[in-house]
Amino acid sequence: MSTDRDRMLATIRAGVSRSNTKGAPKPGPLVPERGQQTGRALVELFRKQAEAAAATVVEVARAEDVPAAVADYLRGRNLPPQIRLSPDARVNALDWKSQPLLETSTGASDGHDLASVTPVLAGVAETGTLMVHSGAATPNTLHFLPETHIAVVYADELVGTYEEGWKALRAQRAGDLSKGAMPRTVSFVTGPSRSADIGKILLMGAHGPKRLHVIMVDAKRPRH
Amino acid sequence: MFVPNSNAFPEKSSNAIADPQLQEALGLLRVQSIPNRLKAVDKLPEFEALRDRARDLKDHILGHLDQYLLQFEEQVKLSGGEVHWCSDAESARQTILRLCREAGAKTVTKGKTMIGEEISINDFLSENGIEPVETDLGEYIIQLRKETPSHIIGPAIHVTKRQVEQTFREHHTDLEPARSLEDPNALMAEARAKLRDRYFEADVGITGANFFIAETGSTVIVTNEGNGDLTQTLPKMHIALTSIEKVVPTLDDAMTLLRVLPRSATGQELSVYVTFSTGPRRQTDPDGPKAFHVVLLDNGRSGYLGGPMQEMLRCIRCGACMDHCPVYHAVGGHAYGWVYPGPIGSILTPALVGVENAKHLPHASSLCGRCESVCPVRIPIPKLLRHWREEEFTRGITPAVQRSGLGLWAWFAKHPALYRFAARWGTRLLRLIADGRGSVSVLPLAGGWTKHRDFPAPQGKTFHDQWRAQRSTGGAK
Repeated sequence: MSTDRDRMLATIRAGVSRSNTKGAPKPGPLVPERGQQTGRALVELFRKQAEAAAATVVEVARAEDVPAAVADYLRGRNLPPQIRLSPDARVNALDWKSQPLLETSTGASDGHDLASVTPVLAGVAETGTLMVHSGAATPNTLHFLPETHIAVVYADELVGTYEEGWKALRAQRAGDLSKGAMPRTVSFVTGPSRSADIGKILLMGAHGPKRLHVIMVDAKRPRH
Repeated sequence: MFVPNSNAFPEKSSNAIADPQLQEALGLLRVQSIPNRLKAVDKLPEFEALRDRARDLKDHILGHLDQYLLQFEEQVKLSGGEVHWCSDAESARQTILRLCREAGAKTVTKGKTMIGEEISINDFLSENGIEPVETDLGEYIIQLRKETPSHIIGPAIHVTKRQVEQTFREHHTDLEPARSLEDPNALMAEARAKLRDRYFEADVGITGANFFIAETGSTVIVTNEGNGDLTQTLPKMHIALTSIEKVVPTLDDAMTLLRVLPRSATGQELSVYVTFSTGPRRQTDPDGPKAFHVVLLDNGRSGYLGGPMQEMLRCIRCGACMDHCPVYHAVGGHAYGWVYPGPIGSILTPALVGVENAKHLPHASSLCGRCESVCPVRIPIPKLLRHWREEEFTRGITPAVQRSGLGLWAWFAKHPALYRFAARWGTRLLRLIADGRGSVSVLPLAGGWTKHRDFPAPQGKTFHDQWRAQRSTGGAK
């Protein structure tokens, strides 16, 4: 008895063989010029694009300044000083004790956390996008459940284009993302959650974070 | 069940035009979608060149479809998931039910999936004792209202804010009846709160997949709300529903399509969340589902490969064609009678449910070509609509009045002297009826047309007469 798989493949093969696109070449990449920047221009582009997508952005000079920047942000918006950290050295190893009013905990979210602080895989300047991925040190729930998502982007994590973002992930995984080498999820996040499903009115904070705050650190990520 | 009812297009479109709430909702679509897309396009100088690349990439994919599907299947296996090939809707429904039962599912959360609509998965799961919960705000609204989507991107585009308020008051009966819902933010906060617990209760999360990647075995969702990500991260099983033509060779190739999709769909540079999902939770992952399944639907698509309709399989479901279509603007999505409305629906519906069951749709177009001019993968929609019209004529589906009308015209066209004679007297007659007003308000045999607008009367001689006159004076070479 033939299976659905056999039947589908047989019809597809017959169709492909008579198609005028059989053997059509794959077009080469076309990467928009906009993202092809370096240095200060790259930072400015990222900031401009992220803000256009309704994220907020601050820059700090050193990793040590991140806890104070987080505390400032929450205080400035009258948000409770409680944060859930990714169990990742890029944020977890920072000196959170320097902010005595800040209550911290670490790990995946059960839905009760109001704010998360996470690292990113990359910040992509072309559209002000953050690339985040799931993993032991970066629980996916921290990217989607809390009302406020605070992301820390180090200077060497900032890239111009999506393709460079994928390149950074490939470099972490021996150059190959096939055969299960991909993290379970890789998300491109551009601004906070929104919807226009009620009468075409654009409303912020649908199901994901209502606020996305990016702290850009003008230093290389800490090695671990 | 989402039973195709496309042959009711004439009645449904008349009702739609007479429905003031629908017309109010459609009015917003007209004034917002077109400028939104244009602004996004203007910001990216490479946009037109990217459309060419996107078209060529899709052609390449369709020319190697078997190969990429097999590569995808292999990669899903290697990352711990499973692909289920389903040749029709029934096969897909049974597969999903079996998987849900394996997971012991009582409730299922759902991200927006048009394939889910195509196979009527919600009704089927309900009939089998499993409660489906839509989490996309628009899908949630229409699920409460027991309606079907009227747009592939904004499923509740036909519902006004006032109607959403009414619907929430009717269904959220545990909340204070006197609460204020004047501010649309209050409506959204209410839906957010209502759905929060459902994500955690659900045993299975079903999402669609805009694309899936042969290189890595990943499925891709493109959303703005974040509901799709919660749907696929919190339950113990993730099922992604997709169809064969959505495969993309590599992660980098997907970015070409992602550079044209959101700009065409909502005028965003990128949608808020674009998530690539690969396999189940890894051993060291602190969160995520324990099982990952991909349901790969054919439902008749493969039969169109290598034929005159193949180009429709390039579609990436952005909705720009309906956002720009004067017919869709006038009648909305429900008139089209099935899952896919607008110009692309007028091509896909006859293909997937049979042209005899959607005979009016290829005619629900003035062939103005706006759809083709905005299509991110340059599908020649008017050409494909004409193909269905020809097929209807050949197969005798075209109504008798139209067939005899065309026959009459063809007979005159084959007798040039008579044609010129009739055209000359016809234009004179129309001018006479117009009586100097330049237009005719009542036309014999075309009362349906002149009921809503005047017919412009011919202003001078026929084309043939003018042509002859110009030639004889040397005006045209």
